[in-house]
Amino acid sequence: MHRGKGMKFVGDSRVPAMRKPNIPKDYSEYPGKTEAFWPNFLLKEWMVGSVFLIGFLCLTVAHPSPLERIADPTDTSYIPLPDWYFLFLYQLLKYSFASGPYTVIGAIVIPGLAFGALLLAPFLDRGPERRPSKRPVAVGMMLLTLAAIIFLTWESVVTHDWEAAAEQGKIRAEVEIDKNAEGYKILEANTCLTCHGENLQGGPAAPSLVGTGLSPEEIANIAKNGQGGMPGGIFKGTDEELQKLAEFVAGLKAE
Amino acid sequence: MLNKIYDWVDERLDITPLWRDIADHEVPEHVNPAHHFSAFVYCFGGLTFFVTVIQILSGMFLTMYYVPDIKNAWESVYYLQNEVAFGQIVRGMHHWGASLVIVMMFLHTLRVFFQGAYKKPRELNWIVGVLIFMVMMGLGFTGYLLPWDMKALFATKVGLQIAEATPVIGPAIKTLLAGHHEIVGAQTLTRFFAIHVFFLPGALLGLMAAHFLMIRKQGISGPL
Repeated sequence: MHRGKGMKFVGDSRVPAMRKPNIPKDYSEYPGKTEAFWPNFLLKEWMVGSVFLIGFLCLTVAHPSPLERIADPTDTSYIPLPDWYFLFLYQLLKYSFASGPYTVIGAIVIPGLAFGALLLAPFLDRGPERRPSKRPVAVGMMLLTLAAIIFLTWESVVTHDWEAAAEQGKIRAEVEIDKNAEGYKILEANTCLTCHGENLQGGPAAPSLVGTGLSPEEIANIAKNGQGGMPGGIFKGTDEELQKLAEFVAGLKAE
Repeated sequence: MLNKIYDWVDERLDITPLWRDIADHEVPEHVNPAHHFSAFVYCFGGLTFFVTVIQILSGMFLTMYYVPDIKNAWESVYYLQNEVAFGQIVRGMHHWGASLVIVMMFLHTLRVFFQGAYKKPRELNWIVGVLIFMVMMGLGFTGYLLPWDMKALFATKVGLQIAEATPVIGPAIKTLLAGHHEIVGAQTLTRFFAIHVFFLPGALLGLMAAHFLMIRKQGISGPL
């Protein structure tokens, strides 16, 4: 490189007039089968990337991302659930040694220690050895943590009522319900609204009665004999009332 | 033609050294899956970056429709999901990409950990990596609220309770994040939007730049 006295520049800029040749490095003397990043290896990376992208797009098409009904802060019966990668933390906070007066242990101390140790790993595991078998303490701690995270996530998944969760978050069709209709009064009298809700929108323990797609006969049968979590014998009225109730519910169509 | 344009720019700005610096670095045999299939574990970091790019691009498109206020947030997401052409795909990419980033980053962290690749002289890069991990978790947490549906609101309430459990500064952190010491509402949504779209991505880009510069400076750790 030309430096010092006699240097030439492009115009009045600080760019040297001497051009550098645009040629790649010579990799022939590098050890083993060392490759150039550009363009040899990048081409392979792109191939991996496109296969990955196709798989990823298939996932997004096959599983539309979920959307529950609009947030309603007044609904106190809603059972919350974080995204799956926070489940282990959420589960940890359910144990008695990490909740109530000890929340600080589950919320701050344990995760803080784990993340702190992860952050400072190079200074805790200082030996020159890199092979996992030569540093049993560090590797053992990591395996234990991994096992704990997998166990807690698993516990959280199996103890969660996924059907109730799906039901409580469903987007419900808004329907104008005639609360003076005879059918509605019969529902009220037979305590149907306790579980199915005042607007028949459903709740944690019962589905919505709007847009069921069932015939009046099927509805009458469910009202009398129950279905799923609903016991039989809740309806205590006459057959005539049952008929009116069934026709009312069958007539509730989502818009 | 392209060469002429290149030469024209190069004469004025001397970009060849810059370009050669990006293009010329060797890929050692032990990290190349073309030579040793087990080297696929070295792909996780690159795939994390790839999904991060997808997240940035899909997120940019989402903000074309998303409205961060409690009346319209859910409506705008619903509209995007059900009415806008390819809206479901774009939102799907952002939604599933968020999970995928966590998975890929976790696998990358485990690869580096079990290979002991964080040891001298790479301690600083490990620390930056763990900070990126935390920023990503923050992005996941703040992004979860934005659709403003039931699970978003109640998961955020739990999350804020956890933050509040921090000794001494807990309540202050909660107020800072939620905009109010008690209510999780309009203020919380706009704050989470700002954190998710401006603060954390800014921090993420800076940390990633540091991460990549350090890799280029030090090279990939040798074979075990």
